[in-house]
Amino acid sequence: MRAGKVLFKMAKYDTVIGLETHLQLSTETKIFCGCGNVFGDPPNSRVCPVCLGHPGSLPVLNRKAFEYAIKVALALGCGVQRTVKFDRKNYYYPDLPKNYQISQYDMPIAYDGKIKITLPGGVHKVIGITRAHLEEDAGKLLHDIPGPSSYVDLNRTGTPLLEIVSEPDISSPEEAYLYLVELKRLIRYLGVSDCNMEEGSLRCDANISLKPAGAAVLGSKVEIKNLNSFKAVREALNFEVARQTEALDEGEAIPQETRLWHEEQRVTISMRTKEEAQDYRYFPDPDLVPFEVSSGVIESVRETLPELPASKQERFLGQYGLGEKDIELLISDIDLADFFEKTVKIFSDPQVVCNWVKGEVMMHLKEQGESIESLGLSPQTLAEIIQMASSGRISGLSAKSVLKEVIGTGRSAEDIVRERSLEQVSDKGELEGIVDSVIADNQKSVNDFRSGKEAAIGFLVGQVMKKTSGKANPKVAGEMLRKRII
Amino acid sequence: MKNKFSTIDSCKHWAAEAGPGYPEAVSRWLDHVRDTDTDIKAFAFIDTEKVKERASLNVGAGRGERLRGVPIGIKNNICVRGALTTCCSEMLREFRPVYDAHVVERLEREGALIVEGLNMDEFAFGSSCETSSFGYTRNPWDISRIPGGSSGGAAAAVASGSIPASLGSDTGGSIRQPAAMCGVVGLKPTYGRVSRYGLIAFASSLDQIGPITRNVSDSALMLEIISGYDKRDSTSVDLEVGKFTENLDRDIKGLRMGVPEEYFTGGISPGVRSRVEEAISVMEGLGAEVTRVSLPHTRYAVSCYYVVGPAEASSNLARFDGAHYGYRSGKPGDTTDMYFNSRDEGFGDESKRRVLLGTYSLSSGYYGKYYLKAQKVRTRITEDFLAAFEKCDCLVTPTTPTTAFGIGEKTRDPLEMYMSDVFTSPANLAGIPAISLPCGTAENDMPVGLQLMAAPFREDTLIKAAHAFERNTEHHKRYPLSGKDPGGQDVEG
Repeated sequence: MRAGKVLFKMAKYDTVIGLETHLQLSTETKIFCGCGNVFGDPPNSRVCPVCLGHPGSLPVLNRKAFEYAIKVALALGCGVQRTVKFDRKNYYYPDLPKNYQISQYDMPIAYDGKIKITLPGGVHKVIGITRAHLEEDAGKLLHDIPGPSSYVDLNRTGTPLLEIVSEPDISSPEEAYLYLVELKRLIRYLGVSDCNMEEGSLRCDANISLKPAGAAVLGSKVEIKNLNSFKAVREALNFEVARQTEALDEGEAIPQETRLWHEEQRVTISMRTKEEAQDYRYFPDPDLVPFEVSSGVIESVRETLPELPASKQERFLGQYGLGEKDIELLISDIDLADFFEKTVKIFSDPQVVCNWVKGEVMMHLKEQGESIESLGLSPQTLAEIIQMASSGRISGLSAKSVLKEVIGTGRSAEDIVRERSLEQVSDKGELEGIVDSVIADNQKSVNDFRSGKEAAIGFLVGQVMKKTSGKANPKVAGEMLRKRII
Repeated sequence: MKNKFSTIDSCKHWAAEAGPGYPEAVSRWLDHVRDTDTDIKAFAFIDTEKVKERASLNVGAGRGERLRGVPIGIKNNICVRGALTTCCSEMLREFRPVYDAHVVERLEREGALIVEGLNMDEFAFGSSCETSSFGYTRNPWDISRIPGGSSGGAAAAVASGSIPASLGSDTGGSIRQPAAMCGVVGLKPTYGRVSRYGLIAFASSLDQIGPITRNVSDSALMLEIISGYDKRDSTSVDLEVGKFTENLDRDIKGLRMGVPEEYFTGGISPGVRSRVEEAISVMEGLGAEVTRVSLPHTRYAVSCYYVVGPAEASSNLARFDGAHYGYRSGKPGDTTDMYFNSRDEGFGDESKRRVLLGTYSLSSGYYGKYYLKAQKVRTRITEDFLAAFEKCDCLVTPTTPTTAFGIGEKTRDPLEMYMSDVFTSPANLAGIPAISLPCGTAENDMPVGLQLMAAPFREDTLIKAAHAFERNTEHHKRYPLSGKDPGGQDVEG
């Protein structure tokens, strides 16, 4: 906080940021019809008269989408709107077959929540959540098919979306980034969305304005769209801070506008100004009758809430006796935390498992850049490999190589160890003759060790390893050497 | 020799005589329509192949009997799978839905023969059937006059004897007003009673599908068949549907009938007033207890209706943009040009007027002044009704202020046209059920409609009262052109 305050004093302008995040909820079916809610199917294969907006068709709310929204509301500490009402947002676009989007205007399902982020240096900051509302997603325009026409894929139309709007409490691009990381972690804990930005299941628009440091009145708001990753959010906001600072320094006014982030050129470009802003003519959707949410419904959703990061952190501290840094890493993702716990259930040394997870497993995760599930590594297999290493059946180095091969090929660890003859020789009877011959052939080193040169034992163990083509258990060999020499 | 249908029953009789299989019945029926509909043009078109195809698919076992072989006309804004469902607009001239409306499923389950293509005002915007892109439908009582609207074809086809019953839709009176003007029975159910799934929306909070028939018992039967919960329509009400046909033949001794004074003022014609007052006397004679009541907010109903309806319509019609289905302009240009040109060429004047009105009243800065205010007025209108139903079981009023007017008489003045809905739109705003039935003729010897309204989901009361009136009068037996009741028998044309 101290460092922050110094910066605060030095900066000429205050940065005010608010984020709008769209989450695709991972319900089985779409929000207002029975079509499957899946990504990646052939264009227009997951459609029906309702999501195609055919004349005469009518929407019916998917109860699961509504429950997921309440789940998020509770996890964000929001109030839950007791009357669920939907509105129509009217605008024309070819990916929106009804030319209105069913959304929630003045009565969002959730309001007044908060999210806690941890700034560099360990200081916590609370970012307010203004509201979260349910709406339907639009389709996609396909422009890259050869020929003069554009095409429309309406598979995505009607995918349930939850739009989460933050308060303008975010004071820097870095805080915006941390907010998104924290939000994603929370949503992934709740299991209501994949939060996959590449597949579009998490999308974000940023609002930013600058004002003279300490001023009460906010500057003009600039909205940035087309942000395709958390890093892009941070980079685009940094670009905007610089652009707006320069303009303000020059005495120019910042127009209220919407700008697009240009991924290749790494700049924002003006898309439309306030004067061109659309009038969405919101009004209550007469096809969806408002209904009341009872306390019973809210309580039954509350019962389905999983252990959230804060409680998990506390429990891990007490249960596993790990360091704070280790725990922070393990609970950064629900799947990682679960993976750790499942592994510990089988191999019951938490620190050893943690070391493996934060070391090897994380390395492979980063290389593949995907979820732990997609690694194809089960907790059983990891525990099996750790067990092999710590019992001395295979060397630590072999264990890492086995893990790599399991992840790469999906074969069983046992098969890999057998096929590659990775088992170490730990049997003293088998090693006796070799140890004796190494002692006989290396008298100088033996004498060095006797005279107190501890390092000499390493050389002797190395000789044993050489003679066994690396299969001797170095620990066992070392012990035997010591016994014999002394 | 002409064979005119009258009631559902007499038609069943006819269908049985026409031959054992549907194909022959269908062919004979199509010949019959060609005879009866030539001057009237209640049908915007008839897709004979489609009718035959559906009929042949519908012969199988497991079907109900209550409408077996009976041709039922469908207003052209109700989706019939694979059949042209145009809303009588250029915009949907070639549009064939990929699914059946809920009501179509219900009718076919009873063995009905679905005949779609009944003319209507474009997208149901109108009170005279004159805004149809297929041209006018004429009133069977006087072909120089309009049949009413927007379900003008649905009412005229029943009046002319082309079909025994039809389904229309009623947003501000679109079933009752043409039924009144054509001298037949039209019923608008309680909002939520009949699923709107498959009805191409005009104003979603007001629309309701209902039957047009020659008499009250057929109305009860049709209502019984199409009513009930449908999970595909969130506004459909999960309430047990009674046997409406059991409310026939009941007496109305002690039935409390309210006469709202606001429905007997202003533009009501002397003839209409006389017929309705006579009808009230008949009811009183049958034992009804008639009281005067007041619905003070009635005078705001038309204004309220013409804000709420177009607002919803402007959004409902946004999907007709040339991009996904329906009419697309051939003019070159970008996406925005495509929207503008397709909508400009695809919509008629009245549709454009309503979309503009609705867009305006929902716009930023006008929402509170128009849309929100109209919703508040709507609540007041509803409260008026609910208060009245504390004191009476049903309300009795004229359906329309005048009898059918001449073709072209009101097309130049939209406001005058809108006033046709003055007595019918309040029931839509309040969501209550209402029925219109013939109560004689007035100016120019044209039919007059008597409107009964009841509390939500009390269609049973409407049917009981309407049937009591019908049983004791001869109005429903008057037949246009011939002036005789064919009773399902062959009559001279």
